[in-house]
Amino acid sequence: MAAVLDVTPENAWTALWRRLQQDRVGAVSLGIVVAYLVMILFAASGWLARGWSQEVGVPYANPAFLGDRPNLEAALQKKSQHKGVVPDLRNVDPLAPKYEEWAKRTGELKSTEPERSMTLPWGGDRWGRDVLDKAIKGSQVSIAVGVVAALCATLIGTLLGAFAGFYGRWVNDLLEWLYNVFTSIPSILLIFSLAAVLRSGAFAHLFASGIWTVVIILAFTGWTGMYRLVRAEYMKHRSREYVLAAQAIGASATSRMFVHILPNVSHVILVQLSLLVVAFIKVEVILSFLGLGVPLEMVSWGTMLSEAQTELIIGKWWQLAAVTVFMAIFLTAFSMLTDSLRDALDPKLR
Amino acid sequence: MVPTLAGVILLVFLLFKFFGGDPSQMQLWIFVREILTFDFGKSWMTREQVSSIFLTRLPATLTITIPILLLEAALAIPTAMLVAYYRGTLLDRTVMAICVAAMSISFLVYIIVGQYVLGFQLGWFPVQGWSDSFWRNLFTYAPLPILLAALVGLAPQTRLYRSFFLDETKSDYVRTARAKGLSEPAIMRKHVLRNALVPVLTNVSLLVPGVFVGSFLLEIFFSIPGLGREIYLAVNRSDYPVIQAVTIYLSVLTMLINLTADVLYTFVDPRIQLR
Repeated sequence: MAAVLDVTPENAWTALWRRLQQDRVGAVSLGIVVAYLVMILFAASGWLARGWSQEVGVPYANPAFLGDRPNLEAALQKKSQHKGVVPDLRNVDPLAPKYEEWAKRTGELKSTEPERSMTLPWGGDRWGRDVLDKAIKGSQVSIAVGVVAALCATLIGTLLGAFAGFYGRWVNDLLEWLYNVFTSIPSILLIFSLAAVLRSGAFAHLFASGIWTVVIILAFTGWTGMYRLVRAEYMKHRSREYVLAAQAIGASATSRMFVHILPNVSHVILVQLSLLVVAFIKVEVILSFLGLGVPLEMVSWGTMLSEAQTELIIGKWWQLAAVTVFMAIFLTAFSMLTDSLRDALDPKLR
Repeated sequence: MVPTLAGVILLVFLLFKFFGGDPSQMQLWIFVREILTFDFGKSWMTREQVSSIFLTRLPATLTITIPILLLEAALAIPTAMLVAYYRGTLLDRTVMAICVAAMSISFLVYIIVGQYVLGFQLGWFPVQGWSDSFWRNLFTYAPLPILLAALVGLAPQTRLYRSFFLDETKSDYVRTARAKGLSEPAIMRKHVLRNALVPVLTNVSLLVPGVFVGSFLLEIFFSIPGLGREIYLAVNRSDYPVIQAVTIYLSVLTMLINLTADVLYTFVDPRIQLR
């Protein structure tokens, strides 16, 4: 009996894995994306780029391969540090009696000026932070925002799309109305409106720190495409024979929606999810650049680009180069992976 | 359209009232009256009439966005047709790979580098600025932002239009045309182009509402006094009346443009019937 059962068709996900391995571009892209994810995990757990916010070099430290490039900014700062002579104001300053107390208190505090190196592997920024560390940490924040926001948008879009497509009638009418409302507002205006109310509104203090402001903005504005796709799939599937069979053996509506239909439309959701990740990362970079994204104490590709703009004018190009390369490689690999994924999941090509 | 408009008004109202904690004792019916009478009062920050903000900022935005739209279409359609004609060859694959890579670089990087190299280092264009004269704006200050935006828009549009052309090359009428001995360029020009223009026009009409919103990034970088930059400034100042007015009126405009586009289709392609 067991021998007969062995001819079960190949599991869809095993087939996907097999197809991805056969596709050279897809396999390389997958490798790059996985490498980025490992880097992010290391950065999040503190093994990598832990000291991104420490001022380890002189301001605008040169990259190691350009060590003898003149660095006017660092030289200027050094000069001003040593030349500073405080004029004696003892006879006019009304706070003069306090001088000794202050001196004592200052003596109690220990401050160490860390050794600042003249060059860093990929150069330093205005405060002498390591650009490479910043780019790694920035990748962590930007990609995390993109992925989390895409997951939230997917959750909203899938739930609403499933309800609209499965139940039809007034549920569909209501959700279609909601969809029309959200899509008739130009998306950038919706993003700006949300940014305005989340920054200064009643709930501003809730999202004062962390990535949640951006995630909410992106998820709230980006669910519509997913909704539309999932709704169309559910409309197609709800009267298929396997769903009717499930109904006949007494499966509840919830069970039919999420146990029976959902696995059969999951490939559509997966492809749309990866498209959303790419789109959201791009928007996050722009929002952070404008100061509407991640808070000041965090670093993302967008905040790095906003620093890079002013640095470029005085000829410090390395931060811009680092961000561009990190971002372009990830997004190219991810887009290529999405394309391969779509091909691998396309039932027509099987 | 009316229920949708009601929904947009309700959404904006709720957003600013409850989440935004709008301090003015605004009620929904006052808000609706303001929208219908085109009287949003004054900006909280500059005391400028919101309606005058609209009228004075829109020309600058249009000076930039209309040439961008035309230039993008003029460049993307021939490129897409060319790579679709040479489909599957090295040229096609190279152009497509360049497109994917070009789309992965942030728009910000293009602007920063373009402004620095073309404006600052080479001095071919002014780095930024704006004047009162339309022609001077169009020929002195606008070319650099227009060029950058058109270059950035080229990659995704070429990719999309190529797929439209490829869809058409698989259809039966192309096979018929080949069977009766038409040359490949003639098929491309006379048959495929005409049919592929329908989805292309759909896509262009989707981009038209964006013409009014403008490319706020370009306006910020090149300090062009347009609507997009105004909204960004309003967000930074929490200037609610300006954001609300711009959001609602531009949504209405978007709906009207989409409606017009739907009606126009029946003229472009008689096969399409409005229900």
